[in-house]
Amino acid sequence: MFYREAGEFKTSYAEDQATFPIAFDFWRFWVVIAVAFLVVPIFATDYLANAVLLPFLVFAMAAVGLNILVGYCGLVSLGTGAFMACGAYACYKLMTAFPAMPMPVVIILSGVVAAGVGVLFGLPSLRIKGFYLAVATLAAQFFLLWVFNKFGWFYNYSATGQITAPEREFLGVLVTGPNTEAWATYLFCLSFVFVFGWIARNLVRGRIGRSWMAIRDMDIAAEIIGVNPLLTKLSAFAVSSFYIGIAGALYFAIWKGAADGNEAFPIEISFLVLFMVIIGGLGSIFGSYVGAAFLVLMPVFLKNLLVSGFELWVLAIPAGIALGLLLGAIAGAVIRPLATRLGANPDPAAFWGGTVVAVVFSAVFAIGGYTGFGWPTDLVNSLEPVLLGGLIIYFLIAEPHGIAALWRTVKERLRAWPFPY
Amino acid sequence: MTFRNSLIAAAAAGLLAGPAAADLVFPSLDYRTGPYAPNGIPLADGYMDYFTMVNERDGGIGGVPARVLPCETEYNTTKGVECYESTKGEGALVYQPYSTGITYQLIPKASADGIPIHSMGYGRTSAANGTIFEWVFNYPGTYWDAASIMMKYVASQEDDLSGKKIALVYHNSAYGKEPIRTLEILAERDDFELLLLPVDHPGQEQKATWLQVRRERPDWVLMWGWGVMNQVAIKEAASIRYPMDRFIGVWWSASENDVKPTGAAADGYKAITMHGVGSDFPIYDDLKTHVWDKGLTAGAGDQHGTVLYNRGLLAAMLAHKAALKAQEIHGVADITPAMMRDGMENLEISEEVLAAAGMPGFMPTFTVTCENHGPPGLGAIQQWDAEAGTWSLITDFIAADRSVVDPLIAEDSSAYAAENNLTPRACN
Repeated sequence: MFYREAGEFKTSYAEDQATFPIAFDFWRFWVVIAVAFLVVPIFATDYLANAVLLPFLVFAMAAVGLNILVGYCGLVSLGTGAFMACGAYACYKLMTAFPAMPMPVVIILSGVVAAGVGVLFGLPSLRIKGFYLAVATLAAQFFLLWVFNKFGWFYNYSATGQITAPEREFLGVLVTGPNTEAWATYLFCLSFVFVFGWIARNLVRGRIGRSWMAIRDMDIAAEIIGVNPLLTKLSAFAVSSFYIGIAGALYFAIWKGAADGNEAFPIEISFLVLFMVIIGGLGSIFGSYVGAAFLVLMPVFLKNLLVSGFELWVLAIPAGIALGLLLGAIAGAVIRPLATRLGANPDPAAFWGGTVVAVVFSAVFAIGGYTGFGWPTDLVNSLEPVLLGGLIIYFLIAEPHGIAALWRTVKERLRAWPFPY
Repeated sequence: MTFRNSLIAAAAAGLLAGPAAADLVFPSLDYRTGPYAPNGIPLADGYMDYFTMVNERDGGIGGVPARVLPCETEYNTTKGVECYESTKGEGALVYQPYSTGITYQLIPKASADGIPIHSMGYGRTSAANGTIFEWVFNYPGTYWDAASIMMKYVASQEDDLSGKKIALVYHNSAYGKEPIRTLEILAERDDFELLLLPVDHPGQEQKATWLQVRRERPDWVLMWGWGVMNQVAIKEAASIRYPMDRFIGVWWSASENDVKPTGAAADGYKAITMHGVGSDFPIYDDLKTHVWDKGLTAGAGDQHGTVLYNRGLLAAMLAHKAALKAQEIHGVADITPAMMRDGMENLEISEEVLAAAGMPGFMPTFTVTCENHGPPGLGAIQQWDAEAGTWSLITDFIAADRSVVDPLIAEDSSAYAAENNLTPRACN
């Protein structure tokens, strides 16, 4: 229908190589961006900003950074939390040492500091790969946090070792501190994520990205065709840590406003960002965003659905239908082999079984989502890692390239629609 | 992308739902999961049961029913802030986060939003200075009070502190680091050696720490621990045969759940407390009649009478009395957070108030003032009897050394004021 190349004629190489070769894709992208910049800020409340929007933007930034390293260059890192801490502490030191420095400059310089540290910890990658490199970056995680806790200079000798972001304005609007408006912090972070997402996307399409991927696919072959492993690996570490450092600075200064070294940047953050990259899709910038959105929103969604309820039909019904369809699909996948084993015709059994499950659960979740299920909070909280673990296992088996690959499949199907292959 | 936006909208709805019918909302930022759950559960149960009792027995506070909004934080600041943001729109009157980390995060936010925080015996010590921390209260005591009282007790047990070695085993976070400053000043004044032994979250692994204790042989060990860290520390202390009566925990390392796993070897372990122990108070009759017997108890109902259940009751009782005070001052039943703040600032806990609450002699009496948000700063030492399975008070309530604590509070709070461009308000 509308989603295809037919009738779109490229007259230059630049047009042919565009990120979005299909006009519909191009416009869809800009509509989403316009909504993000123009519409979302109007509806941004404190809760929305602090529980949903800012965490998503911060983790999206970190996930893009980690994806460059893991997904594009094939170097596994478990030091994300520590590099975020580098960005956060650099940001704190810069903010307190140079009160007049504009916030965007502070944030970018924090990224530069983190990049420097990242290069340092990337040096072992020239000799070791895979698990061994993961362990080397794990050392960064523990060592750097120990440093930030041990030496008072990093936290300006505050009594508790906490770092607190002082109030700063940008363009006359407060962007840090407790008196900020939700829309201001959101737009500030969004601008960073947008600009650097743009840069990342074009970086991985260009010469540098190609050399990262060459190293990832086979480093010896890459070296033979003239890719310098030293420069390539270190540049991957530098760019990745730069992004992660910016994420850390935003995390500390804009989102949280205060951080405690051990508590704010634990190894769990490293794993969380790695899961985002895996679930979203290794080697995909878009996947980083989807992965971050998924892991940030899932707990909030679960909590609203199972405990307190949405209290709005507009939200409860789509949420219910989405969950119902998901469960229906799972039921169908389970019924099919069972039916085969029992000697029944698998296709209709799976279809009707899945449909019944989908309809029943759509109704249950739609009604329940409106009122909330009132489950005990501890149960819902414990459900979260269960779901997360299940999803990771599912993705590793069914779609190792993550949600981004699913999305790609959908797009391929759409191009051929209504004709199946 | 569209999926993301629909979810954003979905989350928005959770908030836009808005305040419900007229009731007094007391959010409970509790934690029933994770490594801090052994301590979080009794606290949350006590807090919930008290308000259930008030609703069942008195029909609410001044005729308006109280509603406790539980929100699971897992002792994690990110989740704590999320809980704060999601519940503040419901008309939350006062936040009690039971976490120093979360308290530090919420102090600026809640001050900007005009919602009081009651960090009862935790949080930022210098918030006791009411002229700078208008919205934050930490009665009936602070960590610096606790550190001073514990050292006073140690001094009373020793002929001379000079040359002695005191170790502090602490949770390596804002919480555990709070007492260090006070202890350092005391170490200088009384000429004892202070040994700092941090334990990282969650505190499951402390072999190295206690090996150090074994090697250094400190005369006393103080502990600032929480959650699973407490049990592990007491177990490790027992395994190196450290004398338990020279091991003193802060009031958060002072519950049955901390000592019971060690069994008989924990006998003699000491801890500071800010309130009485056991279930020998009239309030327990009311709880039994109006809550437990009606099957309304929160959680599994197996925490009744424990130290932290009592502390949950205390936290709820102080909030209840402050709400009553606010209703009395402003003459309205349906109070706002700002009125609640006034109630907290004029709170007077006298023997009569305690007796009326069914808790006679439960804690020392005190009066909150505009300048002092952290009175009375008293603590008693309790000791564990492993055979009987009970705590007993072995001292009277001891006062903190104000000449040490007050200058520190003034210094730290004015540093906060300078950092945030605050001018101290005038108290008349």
